[in-house]
Amino acid sequence: MTPFDYARAGDVADALRMGAIEGTAFLGGGTNLVDLMRETVARPARLIDVSGLSDRIEETPDGGLRIGAGVRNTALAEHAAVRSRYPVLARAILAGASAQIRNMATVGGNLLQRTRCTYFYDTDGSRCNKRVVGSGCDARGGFNRIHAVLGASDACVATHPSDMCVALAALDAVVQVEGPAGARAIAFDAFHRLPGDRPDLDTILAPGELIVAVELPANPLAAHSTYRKVRDRASYAFALISVAAALSIEEGRIADVRIAFGGVAHKPWRAVKAEAALKGQVPDDALFRAAAAAEFADAQPLRDNGFKPLLAQRTLAAVLGELTTGAAA
Amino acid sequence: MSLIINGVAVAPPADPRVSLLDHLRETLHLTGTKKGCNQGACGACTVLADGERILSCLALAVQYDGRSITTIEGVGQAGALHPLQQAFIDHDGFQCGYCTPGQICSALGMMMEAKRGLPSNVTSDLTAAVTLDRAEVQERMSGNLCRCGAHNGIIDAIRLSVEAAA
Repeated sequence: MTPFDYARAGDVADALRMGAIEGTAFLGGGTNLVDLMRETVARPARLIDVSGLSDRIEETPDGGLRIGAGVRNTALAEHAAVRSRYPVLARAILAGASAQIRNMATVGGNLLQRTRCTYFYDTDGSRCNKRVVGSGCDARGGFNRIHAVLGASDACVATHPSDMCVALAALDAVVQVEGPAGARAIAFDAFHRLPGDRPDLDTILAPGELIVAVELPANPLAAHSTYRKVRDRASYAFALISVAAALSIEEGRIADVRIAFGGVAHKPWRAVKAEAALKGQVPDDALFRAAAAAEFADAQPLRDNGFKPLLAQRTLAAVLGELTTGAAA
Repeated sequence: MSLIINGVAVAPPADPRVSLLDHLRETLHLTGTKKGCNQGACGACTVLADGERILSCLALAVQYDGRSITTIEGVGQAGALHPLQQAFIDHDGFQCGYCTPGQICSALGMMMEAKRGLPSNVTSDLTAAVTLDRAEVQERMSGNLCRCGAHNGIIDAIRLSVEAAA
């Protein structure tokens, strides 16, 4: 690990002041950043520990929830309002990592975790445009079973690893940020980037900007939602495909629906084409499959991940089948 | 400030690069906590921080300044084993024993999580009380690997300990 200075921020203003210096990284639970530093993928000169900043979950005036960036993943999944009003979020968190990691990891850090592309981690032997821009990508022609099929670029085929973020994408969450230029609110779908020719940039955060909270708007759909994750072992593995979905049925038709996929792209993938194909329709398995087919029509599979569009289709059909059966009951 | 390790105040390391795991083992010579993968994949380094199970390999020791850490040395002693340690012996919860301190600390944290009603990935009703059946224990202990393959004995030991404590 490269030497660094460490300081604990007392409040947001303190964090922003210390974070304004070049070479500074904010530290949450450390479950990803400490590992990246040990592998010398990340080499910050200073760490500002923001894990002690807001760990509160509060009701908002419009009936939603404001989640402090320092809330631990476990605490969020455990919160009574999340379990009853946003079950997709509780289930997504509980599908991720291990219990120990969920106890350490913060909400803000979860949004900023880096890809688990093995070439990104292989500092000794692999080229990676995300690690060193312009160096090349060994994943595109290499072992790419876990990699992206939507929205990738010549420069990068990595996927975003978070489960929680897939649920947040489906729930139209808002990321509250503070920085040297002031505060701003970022719609969740705009927070993470597609790789383009700058895969080193995972998000649109400017240098020195700090996530202070994530807000969930009130959403009557959200209480009828779930998350399903398909992976290579039953627990403690990253997603090959995951689906976050919420829907409502009125008079036998899908009145409203939210869908996001994980494991398919450089960012949590909000499935607007699939949603459009479903709205107003009578739910059945053929419709669910057609909706997934519409979403993955432009998929560009690599050598080892050609199974992903079909697996995504089957997973979406299973999830929507479960939700529509429940809605009818 | 200081770290409280098994009830004793100790100074944090001067170098912020030192993990809680290395601080325990190399500085404090509390070698019960084990280093397996050193990258958060195996669970051998699991300790309790204010009663919550965490991975000491991914924890910078300085970040835990002011927190109360319990290691396997704080759980039981030779001749005065914790009931869960005795259950691991009684139900063949290990062969080589390398993962055992992490398994025990993890299981102790897990039991508290279940008691307060934290659901898991295999819980069907997110709002119901938790019953630690076999599937629940398997899922909740998935962050602790055992290369000897003693998982069935580990699950037996934990479930019988939970029943005995009920």
